[in-house]
Amino acid sequence: MAEQVTDATFESVVLKSDLPVLLDFWAPWCGPCRAVGPIIDELSTEYAGKVRIVKMNVDENPATPTKFGIRAIPTLVLFKNGETIEQITGAVTKAAMKDLLDNKALA
Amino acid sequence: MKSYDAVVIGGGPAGVTAAMYLARSGCSVLLPERLTSGGQLLQTEALENYPGFPKGIKGYELADLFTEHLEGLTVDRPAIMVESISGSAGQFAVHTAEEDYLCKVVLVCSGAKHRQLGLEGEDRLRGRGVSYCALCDGNFFRNQTVAVVGGGNAAMEESLYLTKIVSKLHLIHRRDSFRGLKVYQDRLESMPDKVDLLRSSIITQLHGEDHLTGLTVKNLQTGQEKQLAVDGLFIYVGFAPVTNFLPQGIELDAQGFIVTDTEMRTNIPGIFAAGDIRSKLCRQVITAAGDGATAAQAAFVFLEQLHA
Repeated sequence: MAEQVTDATFESVVLKSDLPVLLDFWAPWCGPCRAVGPIIDELSTEYAGKVRIVKMNVDENPATPTKFGIRAIPTLVLFKNGETIEQITGAVTKAAMKDLLDNKALA
Repeated sequence: MKSYDAVVIGGGPAGVTAAMYLARSGCSVLLPERLTSGGQLLQTEALENYPGFPKGIKGYELADLFTEHLEGLTVDRPAIMVESISGSAGQFAVHTAEEDYLCKVVLVCSGAKHRQLGLEGEDRLRGRGVSYCALCDGNFFRNQTVAVVGGGNAAMEESLYLTKIVSKLHLIHRRDSFRGLKVYQDRLESMPDKVDLLRSSIITQLHGEDHLTGLTVKNLQTGQEKQLAVDGLFIYVGFAPVTNFLPQGIELDAQGFIVTDTEMRTNIPGIFAAGDIRSKLCRQVITAAGDGATAAQAAFVFLEQLHA
């Protein structure tokens, strides 16, 4: 299962991470978020030690989504050295996520 | 190459039902789905008209129950997207980005997805004010001004959902009357302070660089254009069939949906279609599930004849 980050842990877990981080902004009542959730969990295992793959519940953590101008979920944001590299909105396939991880996170 | 009796393409209500029926008939089934089972159910807030749930049920709850129904059955469910189909009855090959699969019959249950408006900036502003899912994104526009475009049931249902959240809603429709249910129209007309109905109007431009700031709306009767300042735009202008992977020669209607007979047979022997992908009048969860069961039975009979 992908780790849940909060407004309080965002800086230490995401911005200060040595590894690239893929963050999934989601909410429990959002259907397309539920569609990508299990894929995010699988990828967090497949990319363990290479990319840190985490989730943030936007209902419980309003500060970080506001800071990043998130106006739709699910939104995936890829961070490297504390910087935003790529942002994808809407449910995307596992192949598209692997493409992002292999070509943007690990490149 | 892995081999199956049937490949059922798409894990929405039609595909899940077809896979369940085929597996219970003793067939081996592959159910490739690009995301997770549920299809458009996952974008539906609640169903009030699905028999068996008189108090209504959330879209995602019904999707979870559908998926649970496949547990323990001979159905493989990889998260992959089908790219093409080749071969003929008894020996089809289904090609995906990762693997190819052999099968005797194919059931196409790939459904439909939201149509885009086709305006410049629509892709760039998606997730930055432009949305196709009020249920997902409505909360980001609490006490703000939004527009909804479309004139059918989806546009009206989602508008009613949004009126509980936003401070002002403009509903923009290109015709002078709405296609959606009268009851929805009455409810929207009963809130003149909150809901502004713009009939015979189209959006000609989206404004905003890193987020949506407004729209240009043109009245088709007067030809006049006006600017609307909005924080969000929700697009419900119909559904497009997902058919990019289908073999040449399969019969489609003028809108691109697959033509079948009443047993869900397409014009290509061994290929069946069920659910929203079919050319038909009524696209509901219940009719998709019904199509899935019918297609599975027709496919099962076809398989028996192949073996005979």
